[in-house]
Amino acid sequence: MAVSSPTTDLAPARAARHRGRLPDRVFHGLSAGAGWLILVVLAAVAIFLFLRAWPALSASAEDLDAISWMNGASIATYVGPLIFGTLLSAILALVIAVPLSLGIALFISHYAPRKLAQGLGYVIDLLAAIPSVVYGLWGALWLAPVLDPVFGWLSGTLGFIPLFEGYTAPARNVMAASVVLAVMILPIISAVAREVFLQTPRLHEEAALALGATRWEVVRMAVLPFGRSGLISASMLGLGRALGETMAVLMILSPGYAVSFFLLQPGQHQSIAANIAAKFPESSGLSVSVLIATGLALFVITLLVNLAARAIIARRAEFSGAN
Amino acid sequence: MEDSVNLSRISTRSAVLVGALALTLTACSSDSETPTTSSTPGATGAGETQSQELSGNLAGAGASSQGKAMEGWIAGFNEMAPDVILSYDPAGSGSGREQFLAGAVQFAGSDAALKEDELTAAEERCYGGEAIEVPLYISPIAVIYNLPGVEAENLQMSAETLAKVFNGDITKWNDPAIAAENEGVELPDLTIIPVNRSDESGTTENFVEYLAAAGNDAWPHEVSGDWPVSGGQSGKGTQGVVDTVSAAEGTIGYADASRAGDLGTVAIKVGEEYVPFSPEAAAKVVDASPRAEGATDKRLIVELDRTTTEAGAYPLVLMSYSLACSVYEDAADVANVKALFTYMASEEGQARAADPAVAGSAPISDALRTEVMAAIDSIAVAS
Repeated sequence: MAVSSPTTDLAPARAARHRGRLPDRVFHGLSAGAGWLILVVLAAVAIFLFLRAWPALSASAEDLDAISWMNGASIATYVGPLIFGTLLSAILALVIAVPLSLGIALFISHYAPRKLAQGLGYVIDLLAAIPSVVYGLWGALWLAPVLDPVFGWLSGTLGFIPLFEGYTAPARNVMAASVVLAVMILPIISAVAREVFLQTPRLHEEAALALGATRWEVVRMAVLPFGRSGLISASMLGLGRALGETMAVLMILSPGYAVSFFLLQPGQHQSIAANIAAKFPESSGLSVSVLIATGLALFVITLLVNLAARAIIARRAEFSGAN
Repeated sequence: MEDSVNLSRISTRSAVLVGALALTLTACSSDSETPTTSSTPGATGAGETQSQELSGNLAGAGASSQGKAMEGWIAGFNEMAPDVILSYDPAGSGSGREQFLAGAVQFAGSDAALKEDELTAAEERCYGGEAIEVPLYISPIAVIYNLPGVEAENLQMSAETLAKVFNGDITKWNDPAIAAENEGVELPDLTIIPVNRSDESGTTENFVEYLAAAGNDAWPHEVSGDWPVSGGQSGKGTQGVVDTVSAAEGTIGYADASRAGDLGTVAIKVGEEYVPFSPEAAAKVVDASPRAEGATDKRLIVELDRTTTEAGAYPLVLMSYSLACSVYEDAADVANVKALFTYMASEEGQARAADPAVAGSAPISDALRTEVMAAIDSIAVAS
């Protein structure tokens, strides 16, 4: 109370002093306008998706039956496997990318010599700038043959686990797609994590060192707790990109519409974004609405993922280096 | 305002008249030309005249299957008639027919012939005339496989064997059914990996139609542009299938024959012999097939005979029609459409589309060309 009362007293006076200045008002208007604009755009996208998806959502079963690639499914049973495929590929990518990014970020921020760290940072940022279609080409033409013996071995020796059962060459399965997605989201996650780790208060680290901690213990006791929420938000950024990734998945995956965990079999999964890109060019009328309805589902999922990330970060706001 | 409109019409008319004159001078060089409708000056305007006076907009839309060939034809036509702004939107057969019937485009490409109700709409759209449907794009589909160890030039398979392979009933390359058709060929003990198109496509539809028609009930699925068997390898577009087949040994897929490259191709069983794909064999099946119901001398629609026993015919083809009106209101449209269709049907145009770098299609036969030209020549201005 004693701390807050001077500010409340001062605030009106300060505001009055500033009110008359034109540049201040212009700047306020511009930034507020920009803030509102993003909300308007978001709302416009949501409204567009909903309006254009509505014919599909309200269509009768017979009308939907007429769309050959629906194979008699309803909207829900059509979107369901696609949502599953999208989440599966994105989460697999995250499982691969997050530990790697953590290592990269820690190496750059706490282990590497300064010169090397700088160079490495540039390279990582460069990776983030490569267009996804290039990753798709790379994945389909170069990575798939490289993964082929690995997957063959996995399926041969660990094939008794359903996850790795029945690999069929070439490597055009959800695992291969996720590996490429992981490479794509690696730079984003490690770049953000690196920045967060670099902001660990010097005093915390020095205090840990003074207590006799080793480098690893400093990282474990000071850096990681401080950067955890930052790492989570970095992962969520990566997840967002993996969820919406189109070209790479389109070029690498042999699509299918099953809900299964056969990671090495072709023709099992498909992501929403890649499915839209594949089907849209030959679609018209109601089939476009169905595709937009799947897009609406992706929009909602992405929104939920971001909300979840926000919630996690907010819970740990006191530690967050990102806020 | 009124005057200027009249003036421009008069000048168009006179320009076309010049074109008609030029035609009469060159007409003797082409024996397939049939003299028609001399009453309307614009009617004979195009034909052989590679005239500078052709101008205006000429828009088409439709089947993406002939999109590549259209690109080649547009380039070739632009050399002949640089003042015509010609475009083709490969939006799909259904969309193309829709746009054509709505009058949004002057011509269309379609893998399927017009349906009954569309014919009535066509009459209205064509100012009381009728729709012209001519098959100008024939593309052989090759069954490609990746078996580097097999010496034979073409593996031989009947439609029934192919149907079983693609349906997963035959799973090994050295299956007795395949071995029986390929005596003397050493087949590897390798799992067959069928590869299909992941996107909806006319190639899939024609391939499935062939399997269903000629496969002796070994193909249990319905005919559609979407591949009916799930859980297999697939690729997006022709290139995706070719890449996937190339990427692993033991794969088998189907693709436009021009893209088969170094991959092995299957010779399919026709009658008692095995026929590998070739442009001539593909054109032959169209000639050997009966006309579809409702065919006229303007609607040259063909009921492809997938079970043909004609020697040397290759029944695994994709055929696409070019659609136009027999009557247009505007003389410029008549001249442009006629010139374009004449070019597309000409030996030169067919050869351009047949170039593997363009579309790799099979040129139509001379007999078919004669009929096509007769249909094209009947295009006239509304009276």
